[in-house]
Amino acid sequence: MSVSHDVSLVRGRSRMLTRFGREVNWGDFVFRRSTALVAGLVIAVLLAMAIAMVRGSSESIAKFGLHFVFSSAWDPVRDIYGALPFIYGTIASSLLALVFAVPISLGVAIFLSELAPSWLRGPVGFLVELLAAVPSVVYGLWGIFALAPWLRETVEPLLARFLGFLPLFQGPQHGFGMLAGGIILAIMITPTISSVSREVLRAVPSALREGALGLGATPWEAVRVAVLPFARSGLVGATILGLGRALGETMAITMVIGNRAEISASLFAPSYTMASVIANEFTEATGQLYLSALAEVGLLLFVVTVLLNVVARLLVWRVGRLPEGGRL
Amino acid sequence: MLSTYNRRKFTDVFVRSACVVAAVIALIPLISVLYYVTARGIGGINLDFFTELPKPVGEAGGGMANAIVGTLKLVLLACAIGIPPGVLAGVYLAEFGHSRFGKLVRFSADVMSGVPSITVGIFVYSLVVLQTKQFSALAGGIALAVLMLPTVTRTTEELLKLVPESLREAALGLGLPKWRATLRVMLRTAAPGIATGVMLAVARVAGETAPLLFTAFNNRFWSSGLNEPTASLPVNIYTYAVSPYEEWHRQAWAAALVLLLLVLLLNVSARLLVRNRVGAR
Repeated sequence: MSVSHDVSLVRGRSRMLTRFGREVNWGDFVFRRSTALVAGLVIAVLLAMAIAMVRGSSESIAKFGLHFVFSSAWDPVRDIYGALPFIYGTIASSLLALVFAVPISLGVAIFLSELAPSWLRGPVGFLVELLAAVPSVVYGLWGIFALAPWLRETVEPLLARFLGFLPLFQGPQHGFGMLAGGIILAIMITPTISSVSREVLRAVPSALREGALGLGATPWEAVRVAVLPFARSGLVGATILGLGRALGETMAITMVIGNRAEISASLFAPSYTMASVIANEFTEATGQLYLSALAEVGLLLFVVTVLLNVVARLLVWRVGRLPEGGRL
Repeated sequence: MLSTYNRRKFTDVFVRSACVVAAVIALIPLISVLYYVTARGIGGINLDFFTELPKPVGEAGGGMANAIVGTLKLVLLACAIGIPPGVLAGVYLAEFGHSRFGKLVRFSADVMSGVPSITVGIFVYSLVVLQTKQFSALAGGIALAVLMLPTVTRTTEELLKLVPESLREAALGLGLPKWRATLRVMLRTAAPGIATGVMLAVARVAGETAPLLFTAFNNRFWSSGLNEPTASLPVNIYTYAVSPYEEWHRQAWAAALVLLLLVLLLNVSARLLVRNRVGAR
């Protein structure tokens, strides 16, 4: 029997030993367990969110099944719900946003990580990140009173005149519609895509760059042959993160997309997104089934954005680390 | 030979200028938004805006005193609910995060940060509003706290990891138990950086509208306590902007100016603070 054990008997308390025979510090034990408990809260909240969404929409799922996704009937009076126009509006506006945002964001990222003189990188990066700081509802306000009138009076007439033979640019020009929605989403996801892309490009070993330059490549050729191939999966991940953002964005797009549940080939026509229909109708929904249908729209949005986030993060992790905070 | 060289040179110059153009295009909306909000909002800013309640439709004047106070109330509530668990979870991830459980927590936080804010609204609606049978400041605060939680968690973790291990070793060498070394030495060293991250998170949720629509809802009057529907600047901007009234549009711009100043002030000061810190970007 060791001396230390006697001491513990004298003090009259039991002791726990670590596997190396060292005494466990009770403070450490409590500290570790209690922080773990709080950390578990993060998982619990995410799970609770999933459970709440499924439970909220169970009635609608039971009633409409898969039909919910393929039907365009959204009729609160007859209590029949199909979300196809909203799903279409969400996907179309988000893809349109990617068409605008991806080239610009990649340009910004390449400029900031490869080409810009170092004194310019800080300020420009800072300004691009300020774009992300402007609240969504302020973009919406700007969209209603600045973007939509500009589109109606300048951009849409021009597009109709020169590209009017395409179905994309036909029909009445309201300013409010798919085009406005796509542009405003593009503005909002540009900071996301460009800041993640910049981190990805930074993670490319500079030996690759230097090797290409040493072989006589021009700066752009070095980026094209050495940097971009290495960074490709990360850049795809950045784009998917931007897509996830665009799909779930609510206020700004609700204020400019026109909010009409139609599927139209024209970019000038009004449309409606999943997030918008929830924002507009949730507090006014009276019937149980109506609420449940709106919750199911939310559930679809939740599932899709979670899946996109998982895929995007795996892709970005392959190249390097995400910017600090992990919030993108 | 020379032509190939010229072509390569030309492509290089072309692509590099395209990147510059992209950066310029990306900044045009920012400048436009700042210009519009300032130019149109400044006219609506007066003492009444900060001290009066909204007037009924058709009457000129009035202000948004209740919405300004409401926004502050919601944000403070969100901080009180969201920051402590966020920081503790971040401490766990930084100290013991290599376990499988730690990885799961980190992953959940990352996924949660990508969840649309409107679905957080539905979640808190079914969790709080349906149970208490009313829209309330409490529900709004919880919704914003849920949005803050993953950011605060991951920021705390990242910043704790930046603190040099030698500090911990010195503390342990002086005989401090691990928990005190973490709290008194590591956390304290990282605190300014964590504060910056938290400020950025606060700036983000202060402008959130979607999750408040069916949690805090709106109120034309003062709300007392935490159990009444509460007005907030973002929700007011939305309601006023989509209304058909000229006078309300003016008020919406003024509210947007106030909100934008609040958010940008938080954001810029957080970033300026961090610029002077060692290790933090």
